[in-house]
Amino acid sequence: MRNGIAKRQEALDQADLVAGNGLMSRRALLTAGGRMTVAAAAGGMSALAVSRSAAAEALSVPPSMTVPGAPMSGYGQPSPYEEAVQRGVLKPYGDLAPGTGVSMTPLQHLAGTITPNGLHFERHHNGVPSIDPETHKLLVHGLVKQNLIFTVNDLLRYPMTSRTCFLECSGNSFFNSFPKPMQMPCGMIHGLISGTEWTGIPLATLLDEAGVDPKGKWILAEGADSAGMSRSVPLDKVLDDCLLALYQNGERLRPEQGYPMRLLVPGWEGNMNVKWLHRIKVTEGPTETKDETSKYTDLQPDGIARQFTFPMGVKSVITHPSAGLAMQGPGFYEVSGLAWSGHGTIAKVEVSADGGNSWAEAALQEPVMSMMLVRFRLPWRWDGSLSRLMSRAVDDQGNVQPSHEAWAKQYATGPAGNLYHCNAVQTWEITAEGEIANVYV
Amino acid sequence: MSMSKRALATAGLVLALSSVSARSEPQLGQPISDADIAAWDISIPPSGEGLPPGSGTFAEGRDVYAQSCLRCHGEGAAGKPADALVGGQGSLSTDAPQKTVGSYWPYATTLFDYIRRAMPLESPRSLSDKDVYAVTAYILGLNGIIPEDAVMDAASLPDVQMPNRDSFVSWYPSPPR
Repeated sequence: MRNGIAKRQEALDQADLVAGNGLMSRRALLTAGGRMTVAAAAGGMSALAVSRSAAAEALSVPPSMTVPGAPMSGYGQPSPYEEAVQRGVLKPYGDLAPGTGVSMTPLQHLAGTITPNGLHFERHHNGVPSIDPETHKLLVHGLVKQNLIFTVNDLLRYPMTSRTCFLECSGNSFFNSFPKPMQMPCGMIHGLISGTEWTGIPLATLLDEAGVDPKGKWILAEGADSAGMSRSVPLDKVLDDCLLALYQNGERLRPEQGYPMRLLVPGWEGNMNVKWLHRIKVTEGPTETKDETSKYTDLQPDGIARQFTFPMGVKSVITHPSAGLAMQGPGFYEVSGLAWSGHGTIAKVEVSADGGNSWAEAALQEPVMSMMLVRFRLPWRWDGSLSRLMSRAVDDQGNVQPSHEAWAKQYATGPAGNLYHCNAVQTWEITAEGEIANVYV
Repeated sequence: MSMSKRALATAGLVLALSSVSARSEPQLGQPISDADIAAWDISIPPSGEGLPPGSGTFAEGRDVYAQSCLRCHGEGAAGKPADALVGGQGSLSTDAPQKTVGSYWPYATTLFDYIRRAMPLESPRSLSDKDVYAVTAYILGLNGIIPEDAVMDAASLPDVQMPNRDSFVSWYPSPPR
């Protein structure tokens, strides 16, 4: 009898397998609408049954139910039990330039697609300025009928719009451009990415008010920080979908994100989304600033550098399981991760658990939006053996995320080789001991 | 009755008017003259448009460098603890490319623009325009891009030919075929 049930369960489980090394049908998790199906629920439960442990202990009354809780507060904070969830800070020049560097979002500890404001990655070129919104001003000038200057209070009165999109530093995943894979948590490799609802004013409104000269084809956007961070952006993109962002996930921008205002350039290099924005100059051509010539250009092996490679390429990374987390023994896991494309909308994410020998399509969590992070999921039964997990995204423009090898051979290597636009497939190797390592396949 | 009809009609008129003028409302930008934005208008494109009066030489630049740059960029701008500003010419297509002002930067105007806006790191905007011209001349001279007796000013700087000028390919609006 018992043997019969086990056999039946095994048959059910086999029916759910869609690719090598234990990957199960995405139907076992989600339908397109995000609801579990009846058949899939059964499949999921049978998977859980495999790893069910001994009976639980008898319950006692939780102490939290026996005393009054803490009172209200003016601004809420994460649970003290989540204190370890922190951005990872890198200061390449150390104390010489403490405000130059990055802090990276701990992707392996987050779920969903919206990045909490306090964990949004940072990339600063000379620190976070302290800016009083009463004195900050935005100047629009150059090839316009009339130079205009706006106060923050003026700008808060304009009609606004919201855009939920990803923001990725062009140097995200730069560790994976190194010749040998670096061993560090997922977020330290891929954490220069965020998903945020930004609210602000279409830049077209302000440029329209100033009256753009037909000779104007680009803008120069400049920050009010001590790096005077400046980038050129084509006017076509500016008028199409760029925002002067004032709000981040509902609240005013954090200082690290450009308070009181930043440029939002959906889908394009994070560096172009100039923080602490205080000047927009309409120009005929690109200004060729330091950050669009000596930096944020992509050196090829032949010594030629790609310039103005604006959209961030189609990309995905598995965040669960990933480096920085530990496996908890063989059995059921939900493989999940993030996918995005600066060229459009994610069409498909495939997952492999056998190092790329076989692939299965993951479920995409709705809503799937253009130039926004998408959460993908696929159930997996880990048998406890050495496994290689990979994900590969495809967007609606037909762009396919490249393998590590295909990505790397486009670019110069070495310490001053190319660090930008690394959208190579990430492979996590899971050992029989349950450790998770970064490997190149 | 007639009152409310009139109110409705008025409301309709207001709606119609506001939809006509909504395109660029609320028009709160304040006009400001070119003279009054001079302190902010510091970006310099390759044409050199906007370069300020003044000039500087290699010899003058050596003094500025010793005082304001040496601590981070090292003797002869060879780098350490911060980035090297000289050397690396001819290295970009090798296995160990070295990106410096001399080997990589395509425009001399960018050097002036960047030093003026962002350097020295602990006190940006503290150098005079003359000092910026001078230290620009010093770094270009160390790289052998201009002779040591060259004078850098608004006329000469945009004419400097950087060695790597033609090694950038624009991927906007689309990658080259």
